[in-house]
Amino acid sequence: MRKFFNEASLILIGIPVFLWTVIPIWHLAVLSFSPRDDVTSGTWLPSKFTIQNFEVIVGQKHYYLNHFWQQFGNSLFIALAAGLLTLGISTFAAFAISRLKAPGGNTVMNFALATYLIPAAFLAVPMYKAMGQYGLLNSQWSLILAMVTLASPYAIWVLKQASDKLPFELDEAAIMDGATPMQIFRLVYLPLMKPSLVAIGTYALLLAWNEYLYAFLLLSKDSDVTLAVALGHFLSADDSPWNLLMATGLVYALPPAAIYYAFRNYMVGGLTAGATKG
Amino acid sequence: MNTQPKAHKRFNSWQMWGMLLLAPYVLVFAVFVIYPVLYGLWIARHPHSYELLFQDPVFPRTVLNTLIFLIVGINLKFVIALGLSGFFVQQKKWIKALLLLFLLPWAIPSIPTILSFRFMLNPEWGLINSSLFRWFEIEGPGWLTEPWLAFACSVLVHIWKSLPFWTLILITGRLAISSELYEAASVDGASRWQQFKFITWPSIATLYLTSTMLSMVWTLGDFNSVYLLTGGGPGDQTHVLATLGIRYLRIDQLELAMASIVMAMPLVLPLVIFMVRRLAAGEAKLAH
Repeated sequence: MRKFFNEASLILIGIPVFLWTVIPIWHLAVLSFSPRDDVTSGTWLPSKFTIQNFEVIVGQKHYYLNHFWQQFGNSLFIALAAGLLTLGISTFAAFAISRLKAPGGNTVMNFALATYLIPAAFLAVPMYKAMGQYGLLNSQWSLILAMVTLASPYAIWVLKQASDKLPFELDEAAIMDGATPMQIFRLVYLPLMKPSLVAIGTYALLLAWNEYLYAFLLLSKDSDVTLAVALGHFLSADDSPWNLLMATGLVYALPPAAIYYAFRNYMVGGLTAGATKG
Repeated sequence: MNTQPKAHKRFNSWQMWGMLLLAPYVLVFAVFVIYPVLYGLWIARHPHSYELLFQDPVFPRTVLNTLIFLIVGINLKFVIALGLSGFFVQQKKWIKALLLLFLLPWAIPSIPTILSFRFMLNPEWGLINSSLFRWFEIEGPGWLTEPWLAFACSVLVHIWKSLPFWTLILITGRLAISSELYEAASVDGASRWQQFKFITWPSIATLYLTSTMLSMVWTLGDFNSVYLLTGGGPGDQTHVLATLGIRYLRIDQLELAMASIVMAMPLVLPLVIFMVRRLAAGEAKLAH
């Protein structure tokens, strides 16, 4: 009897949690598969299930979607470039701080952590102006570099923590065999750091793919912007085709969701491990 | 005898490599953080900008909104996260499946889901008010047209988006507690509340506070929840500092934008300094 009540009370918590989580996503999906007329009827199910919205998107047959494939490609390019650059820069930095004990390494680490803790929307204002002075505004490199700036601090920190845990005897043994620092980096360090590198690469990639604020500040031409900014453009008109907007949003949200579920053990393990020490 | 100078020389070449490998990040940091921040502070040096800022009727409301967002929003989020983490550590298949679903708002980008909220809350034809009318014949409120209600909705959207992550953090905290403690406590006849008070809370209190502070910093930077849901409206009454700075930037008032950000520094800097010390000591490991 007590067990039954226990299960019942768990279900009583579970149902609101389920509804709270799912309703906005359900609403997103329902509109994506609804015909245009459904948009203003506020229904929980499409009156007629249709994939017409996706045909419009794929065929770029709407004013707001004229550059869809270009924008999809932009998002992909920027996310990949930011992910790879972050990975390269932060792996070097973490190796230098943790294994080579570079002079000033800890100071750099502290400044990087401080950057991680500056609210992103605050840094956006002066960074936007600086990008203008560098002549990078409206170039996709401005967004890539901005994302590298935002992603590197956390990346360096996680990689440094992981790297500190590798036994230093490995380095010493390699030195005895006459290895140079770069040989240690390539042959000892990189293979052992693989799980953390996957987690960090994914982290930076998703950060850049999902970014809205910096993308909308730094890029403006329709053929340059990312999907995130293109979605924001739908808000500029009152009679926006919301079913198309939602369908595009679904297309935009699927890759991160898929990556997240594919890598969830890496992500959750790599990004939250050690949280318990707090 | 001759290993000594050789080791010394190698040490130097290691340090040289170290500085070389550190250089790309230092360059990025100098060009995209240090220079912009110094330039921004220089822009914000005139007292006149602050006078103008205080004369803007939008500013006091924004400060109030930001404080409410932080104090109410974050505490609400963490109390719920604390409770839910206790729910999600239950070893049941359906709860584990629910956890995977529950993490979805955190895993997917915020633009489509916030826009989904925005349309759902549309007073005239949104899903919420249509359903209220259909089921109960109630005229739903103007969710996004009443300033306070619109602001409350922004806070809820923020919670919807970031609750999963913090719940996950608190789950890892709870899972690290030895189950023997709970077994011993139940043998001694401790109630659930006593178990929470004497075992769970002391074990995760530090994690809870660290997380709350990190969340404060990030919530201050949350532009999307407000901008994409209300756009700061109606009548610029739902702005927070994050959106106000961008609003000034968009209307070419760079000095006001920087001044409004500088105004947040008394709150941000102590948090940053405190957290850098904690994080540098490797005490917590958290990502957005």
